[in-house]
Formats: sequence, C-alpha cells, structure tokens
Amino acid sequence: MKFTRPHLFWRRAPLDSVSRLQEELAKLIDSPFSGFGTQFSNEWAPSLDLFEDKENLVVQLEVPGMKREAFEIGLHDGVLSISGERKFEEKREKATGYRTERFEGRFQRSVALPKAVEGDKVRAAYKDGVLTVTLPIAAQARPKQIVVGTE
Amino acid sequence: MNNTTQCETKNETRGEQVNYLLPSVNIYQTSDGYTLEADMPGVNRDGLEVYLDQNELTLLGRRQPSPSPGTPETTHYRESACGDFRRVFELDPEIDTDKITARVENGVLTLHLARREHMKPRQIAITD
Repeated sequence: MKFTRPHLFWRRAPLDSVSRLQEELAKLIDSPFSGFGTQFSNEWAPSLDLFEDKENLVVQLEVPGMKREAFEIGLHDGVLSISGERKFEEKREKATGYRTERFEGRFQRSVALPKAVEGDKVRAAYKDGVLTVTLPIAAQARPKQIVVGTE
Repeated sequence: MNNTTQCETKNETRGEQVNYLLPSVNIYQTSDGYTLEADMPGVNRDGLEVYLDQNELTLLGRRQPSPSPGTPETTHYRESACGDFRRVFELDPEIDTDKITARVENGVLTLHLARREHMKPRQIAITD
C-alpha cells in the first residue's frame, strides 16, 4: 500500500487559546510566501522601532540570520535607511522545503528622524538578530539649560 | 532589549495568561531527517529552551534585556511585538529523539532531527 499524499509529519499542538488563534490564522494564510504577521506581500519588512533616550535616538530592526557585513546603512537628509539581503545557506544538499515561512531576500526600511543627529558619531551593532543603530542627538537639538545670571 | 522593558508592564496586567509570539519557521527534509530553522530575534543561548515531552517538541525563546545605556525616555515609533517566542510541534515518530541537536546564532534557532536508524537484519544465535 502506498500513500499518495505525503504524511503530515508536523502538526502543531497549541496549548493556550491565544496560540490557538494564531495557529488558525497562520493556517488560513498558509502559503510559501506569507508568514504570520502583517507581511502579506513578497517583500520582507522587518520590524522597526524608534526610541529616544537622553542623548541618542535608537533605531532597532529585527533581522535574524544576517551577516554583519550584509547591512547597508545610510543617513541622508535626516532619513535613516537600512537595507540588506538575507540569504539562506547554500548547503541544503537537495533538501526539500517542507514548510517555508521565513523570508528570504532583500529588505529595505527607512525612518525619518525626529531630531538632528551627529552623522559621524552614529554607530550600529548587530546582536542576536537585532540591529541597533545609535544616533547621538546633535548638540543644538538638545534641550539647553539656561542659567539665570545676576543682572 | 529596550522593548522588553516596555513589555513588562503589559504582561503583568494580563495576570495568568502570557501571550507568546509564534516564530516563523522553515522546515526542510534532508537525507537523514529534518532541519528546522526558527526566527527568534533577540534570543540567545541563555534565553532558549527546547524541550521534548513524549513526541511533542516545544521551542521557547525568551528575549534578553540588553545592557543599553540608559532606559529609553520616549518611544517614537514601535512595530515590534512584545513577548517571548513559543511554538510547539508534534514529531514524526520516525524521529530519533536522542539525536536532536539545537544551535542558536544571530537570533535563528536551528534544529537537526535525525530519523531513527532501523536495525539491520542480524542473525540470532540459537542457544542449546
């Protein structure tokens, strides 16, 4: 006896109601190019956050599985642009894709910065799949203390 | 992570129920079994738990609070979701559960699962 359809080797077993809802949604949009979340196109749009602390603007981008040198980060006219390409390992040795939810390919995100920053002091770090770009706020854009003098 | 400190208040107010995020996975079938890759940005070796119960495999990735200089005062814009990652799979009984290996690098968890090797045919000695 032969199975004409491949065995369903993987079944997900959600254990709480929220996960179950997520599972059901994921099943509904089950196709090679869509994943769970808001990405319904073939383009990859990694999540971007923009924070500010006392001295810096901080931009974080969730991009797991990248190589450090694969990022292109540019700052122009107050807009920070980050792009890159994620490639999966070549050594798949004829493995068949069984389920592919992770995006592969180019991504590009830009964010308009709310404050002026010091361009040559910008630094970026990539750790655990998160790219963090720290942009020191330009001195003239920082709030200034005004001291009351004697008259 | 900056986002973890923002998230903490959310999880507390929910009480018992903790909301997890579903990591995107790729599953490949290889010559000797399967390879699973899961996207878990912000998760490193310390925050990762992979456990097996019977033939149910659970992946749990906890995000680490990063040593960032000073807590963020303002969030201008936020797209990333709060929470830790969790996903559960039911395994093919052909998988040899003793031979599962896990590795995490740059926020990607890679699991290798090998199929059981079937016992080769062998001669059984007849005792007197």
